Amino acid sequence: MRFAVIVFPGSNCDIDAYKAVEDVLAQDVDYVWHKETDLSQYDCIFLPGGFSYGDYLRCGAMAARSPVMEAVKKEAKAGKLVIGVCNGFQVLTEAGLLPGALRHNQQLKFRCEIVPLTVMNKNTPFTCDYEQDEIIHIPIAHGEGNYYVDEETLAKMKENNQIVFRYAGVNPNGSVENIAGIVNEAGNVLGMMPHPERAVHDWLGSNDGRRLFTSILRTWREKHGA
Amino acid sequence: MILVRIHVTLKKSVLDPQGTAVTRSLHALGYDEVEDVRIGKYLEVKVKTTDKRMAEERVREMCEKLLANTVIETYEIELVEA
Repeated sequence: MRFAVIVFPGSNCDIDAYKAVEDVLAQDVDYVWHKETDLSQYDCIFLPGGFSYGDYLRCGAMAARSPVMEAVKKEAKAGKLVIGVCNGFQVLTEAGLLPGALRHNQQLKFRCEIVPLTVMNKNTPFTCDYEQDEIIHIPIAHGEGNYYVDEETLAKMKENNQIVFRYAGVNPNGSVENIAGIVNEAGNVLGMMPHPERAVHDWLGSNDGRRLFTSILRTWREKHGA
Repeated sequence: MILVRIHVTLKKSVLDPQGTAVTRSLHALGYDEVEDVRIGKYLEVKVKTTDKRMAEERVREMCEKLLANTVIETYEIELVEA
């Protein structure tokens, strides 16, 4: 299985994502500069956290319009797995690959801590190695993770089981209905504010992020009989 | 040259945490008459044309595509001869 970690000017969790794939899965992984236009050789595309384009204008807004995103849209449409973490989640909403938008945290505070999450849907390519309703611990680090979506879209998302993670403790940013991570309608694009790539060893404080990566590999293997 | 002034603001239905914080701060200074503060962005775009209609059309397109996130924001534009 081949992973691409997209690097935008200002990405700073790209190395964490790369190392997580390398350490947890021992699969092929490449850094891909945002000016590339062909991602057809990759099975999973990872949009890492950071401050793409300095978060100028809006978080993720300019990254969402960079050349590589046309290729991301193309591969997402073809059913490839796409995951956006933190700034990557913001990029996915700005690109229209996921519904809603991310606003300033309600408390105007940058939150950096390990938080409990509830796995709301284990039937996705990213969560099949978790238990339904399991509480896991994953770090967050963001100032603009306050997820917003209008009521009509939210109702559709619920009907379609698109809410994948919710904050299980105190809502750290004011997001609608404690939402921490969602998938698109087809289920192959995941966006989440918490950082699973930073929770892959006990010495990092938690290894609950590992199973997100093992879920991805398991899904790919089942699909390809590998 | 036409100068286009753009105001981007959060939709009324969307909570504005920065505006709320500033409201509280103004209250702390004794400005109790302040009902609400909303914070937005002001952009100036200079367009190389003299055709106002074309400039307006193009800038609206820019707003829809990049300058505003229409999921949470609205925008208003104003054209000025530069």
